[in-house]
Amino acid sequence: MAVTRDDVAHIAGLARLAISDDRMTELVEQLNTILGHMEVLQQVDTRHVETTAQEGNEALPMRPDAGPRFEMHRTLEEMAPDMRDGFFLVPRLATHEDVSDAS
Amino acid sequence: MTGPTAVDAVTASFARMETVRAGADGLNCVLWSDRERALAQARAVDARAERAPLAGYPVAVKDNIATLELPTTCASRILEGYVSPYEATVVSRLRAAGSVVVCKTNCDEFAMGSSNENSAYGPVRNPVDCTRVPGGSSGGSAAAVAAGIVRIALGSETGGSVRQPAAFCGVVGVKPTYGRVSRFGLVAFASSLDQVGVVGRTVDDAALGTEVIAGRDPYDSTSADRPVPRYRDAASQPMRGIIVGRPAEYFPPSLDPRVAALCDRALDALRAQGAQVRDISLPHTDLAIPVYYIVAPAEASSNLARFDGVRYGLRVTGDDGLRAMYERTRSRGFGPEVTRRILLGTYVLSAGYYDAYYKKAQEVRACITDDFRRAFASGVDVIFTPTTPSPAFELGAKSDPYEMYLSDIFTCTGNLAGVPAISIPIGRVGGLPVGGQLITRHFDEAGMFAAAYALEHALGDEAHR
Repeated sequence: MAVTRDDVAHIAGLARLAISDDRMTELVEQLNTILGHMEVLQQVDTRHVETTAQEGNEALPMRPDAGPRFEMHRTLEEMAPDMRDGFFLVPRLATHEDVSDAS
Repeated sequence: MTGPTAVDAVTASFARMETVRAGADGLNCVLWSDRERALAQARAVDARAERAPLAGYPVAVKDNIATLELPTTCASRILEGYVSPYEATVVSRLRAAGSVVVCKTNCDEFAMGSSNENSAYGPVRNPVDCTRVPGGSSGGSAAAVAAGIVRIALGSETGGSVRQPAAFCGVVGVKPTYGRVSRFGLVAFASSLDQVGVVGRTVDDAALGTEVIAGRDPYDSTSADRPVPRYRDAASQPMRGIIVGRPAEYFPPSLDPRVAALCDRALDALRAQGAQVRDISLPHTDLAIPVYYIVAPAEASSNLARFDGVRYGLRVTGDDGLRAMYERTRSRGFGPEVTRRILLGTYVLSAGYYDAYYKKAQEVRACITDDFRRAFASGVDVIFTPTTPSPAFELGAKSDPYEMYLSDIFTCTGNLAGVPAISIPIGRVGGLPVGGQLITRHFDEAGMFAAAYALEHALGDEAHR
């Protein structure tokens, strides 16, 4: 399952990471080396193994769909980088180029 | 015994930071501190009507655990200057017990690393030998304890990030059972593995710190609703009749013979205390690193998606739209190891590869857990292993990522299985500390501490020679 430059470019896009050409070569090599070490897992017979996302803990207990509120020691206004008229200012969602890219 | 006042202890802690040069021009184990604020809190502790149990114990806290007054950056550029609006439960519990946070400690960026060389603020140096790494990712916490700045420090564990640096720095490191300690306020790396841990100068310090932070927390639904025993009572528990398992897989022919000899001495010391040592097998141990480096990056790629330039810290703006802003911010904010792990995690979760990598890794993880279950079901009470295959290596010695990952080979099994484990000093090789690891059943921290107290007592000064 060799990883190609196209694969890394694709997953970098999914992960919202911009990778320079120089770095790309190194990353392709490193990911192939690391994933090569993972191949050993394919030889383990796990047909009868029941999987779980977390080991050792008891089943998660049911609880009311409401929790205690935790104390915030700073106001939202103090934490926001920019506000106007009581609204948070955030980066704009898209440019015309983004829209055409997506189509 | 009354002990030092909180003010005395905090004053001494800051004096020690200067003496050992804890900042960037020296050990580089302390990232953030505020002397006046810490002293004000200490005065408030001393003014309490009853003496608080941790009044003489200033603490250091790893920079990926939320504190109110000091920044929480995870040693990453992407969180530069970020100050949390709320506090981690573990920090609240320490403060309620009379402790004062004197500093935030350096670590590998987002706790990803085994040498503390991945910090955006530069590497930490090992107080025992400044040419060596302190281990990672909680290298700053282990170094702060080893340098005498504090007796107790908080770290976090995902694959050995408390035990491995504790071993490298000659101090005690605890990873509690998954669920024993609240993760509320611990910046998430791999949520099914993460657990706050404690570094202590002695087993008693580590037991005290663990006892204070353990227990159910309504803010973390994965924290277990189980009573927390008084771990310090384990100090007087006899070892007679206790069965110590020695897993063959942790003593391979390639193990540094000097480390193996110290382990043999530690096992002899446990025998002398009345324990029986039994050879056992944990057959899936060799698969732990491949499993860990699939599961942990997969969870990290999801957890770290939140750092997008909108909600936290760094934002690298431009005129080319939102997606470009995300990519610019994340690429400039994350260091090389975090980037590598996000890519690895995204790959193993992506369509076409999920079953071959992630699902398979979870299945083998279940086999690793089963190894421990079988060992304990066979009558073994505690498992003894070396904490690391070798003592601390030189700064810059390991440039290959996978070679670095192998540093966690004896510790990440504990995280994958969720069992509690402790590393304590068992001697030195060429002047460098070596750690021995004790592992017990889920939620049997009391048994773990009992064995650790016994081993520490039996080895005495030999543990630091």
